[in-house]
Amino acid sequence: MDEGRKIGEVILDLKNISLRFGGVNALTDISFDVRQHEIRAIIGPNGAGKSSMLNVINGVYRPQEGEIVYLGKHRHDMDTYEAAKSGIARTFQNIALFKGMTVLDNIMTGRNLKMKSNFLLDALYWGPAQREEIAHRRKVEEIIDFLEIQHIRKTPVGRLPYGLQKRVELARALAAEPSILLLDEPMAGMNVEEKQDMCRFILDVNDQLGTTIVLIEHDMGVVMDISDRVVVLDYGRKIADGTPDEVRSNQDVIDAYLGVAH
Amino acid sequence: MFYRESGQFKATYAEDSEIFPIRQDKIGIAVILAIAFLGIPLLAKTGFLSDYAFTAILTPFLIFSLAALGLNILTGYAGQLSLGTAAFMAVGAFASYNFMLRIDGMPILVAFILGGLCAAAVGIIFGLPSIRIRGFYLAAATLATQFFIVWCLTKVGWFTNYSSSGVITAQKIMMFGYTFDTSFSKYLFVLSVVSVMALLAKNMVRTNVGRSWMAIRDMDMAAEVIGFRPVRTKLMAFAVSSFYCGVAGALFAYAYLGTVEPEGFNLDLSFRILFMIIIGGVGSILGSFLGSAFIVLLPILLNMFTHFLDSSIGVDVPSGIASSIELMVFGAMIIFFLIVEPHGLARLWQIGKEKLRLWPFPH
Repeated sequence: MDEGRKIGEVILDLKNISLRFGGVNALTDISFDVRQHEIRAIIGPNGAGKSSMLNVINGVYRPQEGEIVYLGKHRHDMDTYEAAKSGIARTFQNIALFKGMTVLDNIMTGRNLKMKSNFLLDALYWGPAQREEIAHRRKVEEIIDFLEIQHIRKTPVGRLPYGLQKRVELARALAAEPSILLLDEPMAGMNVEEKQDMCRFILDVNDQLGTTIVLIEHDMGVVMDISDRVVVLDYGRKIADGTPDEVRSNQDVIDAYLGVAH
Repeated sequence: MFYRESGQFKATYAEDSEIFPIRQDKIGIAVILAIAFLGIPLLAKTGFLSDYAFTAILTPFLIFSLAALGLNILTGYAGQLSLGTAAFMAVGAFASYNFMLRIDGMPILVAFILGGLCAAAVGIIFGLPSIRIRGFYLAAATLATQFFIVWCLTKVGWFTNYSSSGVITAQKIMMFGYTFDTSFSKYLFVLSVVSVMALLAKNMVRTNVGRSWMAIRDMDMAAEVIGFRPVRTKLMAFAVSSFYCGVAGALFAYAYLGTVEPEGFNLDLSFRILFMIIIGGVGSILGSFLGSAFIVLLPILLNMFTHFLDSSIGVDVPSGIASSIELMVFGAMIIFFLIVEPHGLARLWQIGKEKLRLWPFPH
């Protein structure tokens, strides 16, 4: 891991989060925190509540109990708009790109909260509206360069292969210049090379842009390699939390998820 | 061979984000505009084009294009299905009529804009169900607009200035002391309005507001997560779309029919405009024009065809059958497009252009 990288204060603290859908307890009394600049992984078997956890963080789900402390502000639940506004961006497990739009337009949508122009100025496409559009385009092109997707910028995303779509989704999230990036299985369904690329991008984002990353991933090699701390969920409960080494040797985690080599 | 962008380099993002970045397209649109604004008037002056060409083909084509453009903003770009297009047109037409009637010295363009704004307000109100429902259910809810507005305009005498038959006669279009009273001058008036509004629509769909509509259309959850507000975005689409339909309705009354009754804006008209965008291309500005051209021209062509049968082979086609054939051809075309090319004529045009880039060499 990079020597110069400093892990800072806690910026996101989740306290005693419980989430129920009818009679199903998706999350039960989960607490963990995320520190600035760290890569925080959430692992666990299918249905453990990992994605629900991300959905609670950015306000898609509202937990029945618990408290979310983000940037010093205490909340019972998040609101999607507020979450986006305050610098939480995410990608989805099943790619949630805008299929009918080009790569460029998809990434431009990521900057919508930074745009000030209204629809009347947009309609005239004149003066400030045009200047703003081009300034954002410049920023988006930096992200396109960063993620090495120059060659597909004008392609409708529906036509792209899966691995590239995942990358475009990351680009869209990065376009918002988030302080926390939530990645829901960014490497699912990828081959080894694509995984290596994605790992590189995640580490670069974390290192060069200083973005805090919360990531769900099933590839244990990747998780143990790149994350600073890991939280393990099982049946909606937290069963372990700590550095990759601590988690790897935790008996509960081995029983519930990792298993042993026979 | 002719349609190639090789050698055309873009040095700035401003150049790259032009509406027509390819030189051939620029020339093409310039030629089309030159024909529309100069060529057709010249032909008319020299007597090649009759009044019929303006009143029955060109003017309605442009007005329907504008209405289709309005519906395309809502359905094609924002993904909200609507069957209330004609109702929004009616609001635009009757509101403009009343502004002209009740306010002395009201400039006609201002009346049209105010009429459009009234339609936008009605659009927002009847767009409220879209916050909770979508797809077919929303279409059914917008049907309510259709019936309610027509009923309201028929029942409340004030809207039609208490005319006993419910028919209103649109005032003359006058601007800067010039009266647009010939079919030719009305065509130029409509053409100017439609050109400007098409440009504005194109600008909207290529900037943030358009991206917000398409984001909501393609994946509303993700759109919300990155900060678009669904309620605002959908209602904005309803408002802008209804504004366009409202202005189209006003033009429909003022520059095309002259006299209209609320029943003229019935469900049939809504469906016709929906067919235009399905055939022309959902989610395409060009498609609105292509679809409108198709639906305006098809009956005329069929009519010519039956006349031709009559005169050349002596097969007499009764007019009843001719109009039935028209409906059947419409039905068949719509099924054809829904199955074969859901993105309509606009997509066919795009595919054609892509082929043309390589022609005559396949690689």
